[in-house]
Amino acid sequence: MSFISAAEADKNTYDVIVVGSGAAGGQSAYTLTMDGARVLMLEAGRHYEPATETPMMQTNAAAPLRGAGTPEKPFGFWDATIDGGWQVPGEPYTSASDDPARQFVWWRARMLGGRTNHWGRISLRNGPYDFKPHTRDGLGFDWPMSYEDLAPYYDKVEMLIGVYGANDGLENTPNSPAGVLLPPPKPLVSDLLIQQRARKLGIPAIAGHRAVLTQRLDHLRLPKLLHPGNAKAQSILAADMQKRAACIFATPCGRGCSIRANYQSTTVHLPPAMDTGNLDIVTDAMVRAVTKRPDGRAEGVVYIDRKTGAEHHVKARVVVLAASALESVRILLNSGVANSSGKVGKYIMDTVGANFSGQVPLLESLPLHNEDGVDGLHLYTPWWLYKEQLAGKLGFGRGYHFEFGGGRHLPGMGTAAGLAWLNGGNYGRKFKEDARRYYGSFVGFAGRGEMIPNDDCYAELDPDVKDRFGIPVLRFHWKWSQHELGQAAHMQKTAAEIIDAMGGRYSTKPQSGDKAIKQGGIIIHEVGGAMMGTDPAKSVTNSFGRCWDMKNLFITDGATLCSNADKNPTLTIMALAWRASEHMLGLMKRKEL
Amino acid sequence: MSLDRRTTLKWMFAATATVPSLQALGDVPQPQARDVAADQPGYGTDPNLTGEWKPGGPWPLTLGAAARLTTSALCDLVIPADSVSPAASSVGVVDFIDEWISAPYPQQRSDRELILPGLTWIDAESQGRFGKAFAALDQPQKEAIANDICNAAKAAPQFATAAKFFAKFRDLTAGGFYTTPVGMKDIGYVGNVSLTRFDGPPLAVLKKVGLA
Repeated sequence: MSFISAAEADKNTYDVIVVGSGAAGGQSAYTLTMDGARVLMLEAGRHYEPATETPMMQTNAAAPLRGAGTPEKPFGFWDATIDGGWQVPGEPYTSASDDPARQFVWWRARMLGGRTNHWGRISLRNGPYDFKPHTRDGLGFDWPMSYEDLAPYYDKVEMLIGVYGANDGLENTPNSPAGVLLPPPKPLVSDLLIQQRARKLGIPAIAGHRAVLTQRLDHLRLPKLLHPGNAKAQSILAADMQKRAACIFATPCGRGCSIRANYQSTTVHLPPAMDTGNLDIVTDAMVRAVTKRPDGRAEGVVYIDRKTGAEHHVKARVVVLAASALESVRILLNSGVANSSGKVGKYIMDTVGANFSGQVPLLESLPLHNEDGVDGLHLYTPWWLYKEQLAGKLGFGRGYHFEFGGGRHLPGMGTAAGLAWLNGGNYGRKFKEDARRYYGSFVGFAGRGEMIPNDDCYAELDPDVKDRFGIPVLRFHWKWSQHELGQAAHMQKTAAEIIDAMGGRYSTKPQSGDKAIKQGGIIIHEVGGAMMGTDPAKSVTNSFGRCWDMKNLFITDGATLCSNADKNPTLTIMALAWRASEHMLGLMKRKEL
Repeated sequence: MSLDRRTTLKWMFAATATVPSLQALGDVPQPQARDVAADQPGYGTDPNLTGEWKPGGPWPLTLGAAARLTTSALCDLVIPADSVSPAASSVGVVDFIDEWISAPYPQQRSDRELILPGLTWIDAESQGRFGKAFAALDQPQKEAIANDICNAAKAAPQFATAAKFFAKFRDLTAGGFYTTPVGMKDIGYVGNVSLTRFDGPPLAVLKKVGLA
């Protein structure tokens, strides 16, 4: 079994069809195939080979426009994304409002492995509060599970993909069991200065958690823990772990990693799943809808071969949607299934984002040394004001974390640009001296916070617009509440206070929330739209992503999330996908599917 | 894209305060550039990331010979040779700026609307003050003009637009230069080398910042 054509897939039979090949699809296919299920994966984008296609070590002078981002490559020329961005040619979406503040922008990638090829690799666990937010403060929705239900799957995912971090034991910021995390990288000098000065303000800075191998995975110990009693799976995983190199502390992660030192679905989930012999993948397969059998169960899916335009219908015992939250919502709406609750498309969320940066004289003209490290998040600040917030002292309902950093990194178009606010604007030898002096003396803070789901944020089918395949597209409704706007203002204000405490300065003052907040969708943490729950009248799936209305249809991506904690959602999506897939295996073994 | 009449007029009005005779413009070799075709494609959403890329590859360069001379002189005024590194024009920055302002993307098209009239203006200003094109001026003459436009916040009203041009040109020159091997070495970037371990900051660095 392997990469096959649509025509070949038509002839085969499968236990499970998995729609999507990113974090959710990769994890679902991995868990299912390692335990013997025969899986067909459908990916809307093209095949992608990180080993041969990744631009490792290329400098920006070797790229068009010195690597700067363009509408065709929004995160820069060397970014791994293929055929993706906030706009995908021929695949539009629409907004119900003309007001930019009420518009949502939707990032997609059309490639094997999806967004996992370029993502930031930040891997934070939700904490106990994050599963019961409504119980704690009366806002939003509780999850139909607790932290304890998901913790074993966080353990498994961290051991499988490799996550560095430390166990700092802070409130609602869970530790991992001993032996699960890899050692964190040494902090940069800018990290240490932020840590020292933030501490004086009562703000913590602790080791970051990212899916980067600071050392090689233990191929003798981990496979036994991950696949107890399954000798074949242990053997496959042990062999594959030995093919993953440790980080070489160079070249940005967003380009992907040809030596497999960080997590991408294409380098971590799919290779061992393929080695089981149980996984077939069809790329360029744009799924339009789930099909229904006369008895109401899912029969399979119809998809369009992007290369030929031909429609194909594939069938299986179980269908898993892992197409990314909103693409799965779109498939559900276009299928007209699993929506007796009317909740499909409702309560979509992004992460609240506001940035703030400054310049710190103490960091000027430091002795030269290599600061590439692991390319980000050596340290970070978890949310620290839980008690004050619960007591109503902050004026907004939920928390955020800071991703921060400084240092001398690979020069690009921004490296010596915009210095006029510091030196008045000059040229010549003085300009060259200033460029050396200021390079590496800047620190940036990215506030990333929890958005509370609200009735004004939802997706529906546009009644008129179709994509180039003739598939109806999504129309978005969006509105931030005062919780998000208050939080965004707090992010900038607090970052400015930390920069002040470092003796630093900034070119613009902290802004009000409506100006500070990034547009919905810009942080690319969109989740929700097919909420899980305990009541079929108020939710789309149960806690295993199993649709109430269609018992053999599962959703394993971010669509089922009931809340969007400040913790970046990818690790949680993978843990949920592992748990859901294990549940599916049990149901199939008991002939209940 | 050609410069529209309104843009050109705005620049010319700005220049009248120091260019007594607009007639002089007629004698200046104009920084002419070929248009960027309205349907000029970019590098696409799936460019070959392990291929060779050079200015002029993904889309044609458009600056004319006179404009390239002015660009070269101006980027060397921003980043001249010193004891550490050579001048910007010697490491391909003129080709880079040409690539940038010839690109078919919105940001670059917008920058083109600032850079091309800016190059026209600076040659006209040079003619008006010293009777020569900018590239032919001596260093004190170049500096006399640059000193009026290098600080956008403090530039006199008649130089406001020219100061915006200079700030953008300086950013492009710096980006073009500091991304090259000599530029990266000059500015003090010592990474992008494969390591078996990451040691963090040396003790001397921590001491200087008061962390050890």
